[in-house]
Amino acid sequence: MSKDKPKRMAIISANGTLDAAYPPVILASTAAAMDMEVAIFFTFYGLDLIHKKRSKKLKVSPIANPAAPMPVPNIIGMIPGMTGMATWMMKRWMKSANVAKFEELRDMCLESGVRFIGCQMTMDVYGVKEKDLIEGCELGGAAAFLEFAMDADITLYM
Amino acid sequence: MMTEVHSTLDARNLSCPMPVLKSKKALKAIEINQILEILATDPGSMADIPAWSRTTGQELISSEELGPKNFRFLVKRLK
Repeated sequence: MSKDKPKRMAIISANGTLDAAYPPVILASTAAAMDMEVAIFFTFYGLDLIHKKRSKKLKVSPIANPAAPMPVPNIIGMIPGMTGMATWMMKRWMKSANVAKFEELRDMCLESGVRFIGCQMTMDVYGVKEKDLIEGCELGGAAAFLEFAMDADITLYM
Repeated sequence: MMTEVHSTLDARNLSCPMPVLKSKKALKAIEINQILEILATDPGSMADIPAWSRTTGQELISSEELGPKNFRFLVKRLK
């Protein structure tokens, strides 16, 4: 199946919540295990996923989230502490289902050669420095990502 | 033909995508033509391990459901 040229997947990761953090690293690490070339472009809120400090504090929002396993009315979700509560619950559910931690999956991506491209423009907007990002990231803009994505067999926006 | 297992990966109690990621690592650690045994409890692995071995050009010798949430695969490294 795999001929001379490896298959390629390009992902745009634009969200910075805990629930949005998983799909890019799950698909990217799996694609790498399937011998694909993978790059993830972390832009806008997605930049948090490769931010050293902020990626340790990813949260799930209980507001406007009717798909949550235990949906709460928005008016309740607004109460201080509810975001922390929803995040705690999600982490607990994930753990009981033996799902790996986000950081672990992110490490597996880098280990298996997935390219992480941090959006330079987003960094300028939020005042994020290169040293604020985890080891192993590259910096680039739309053109840098598109050069890779141009030859992609799969392109995903998450 | 005798199927001699060279290495066993215990991927039990791991969820998607870990069984596939660990299988990849374990397969790299054995030689070409050797056989990797994978044990898993994730029901998704019944679809995932065969898909992974097909797309990466390895040979799936067998996939068995030994019981509820108890799966065993034999994959031969071809490349």
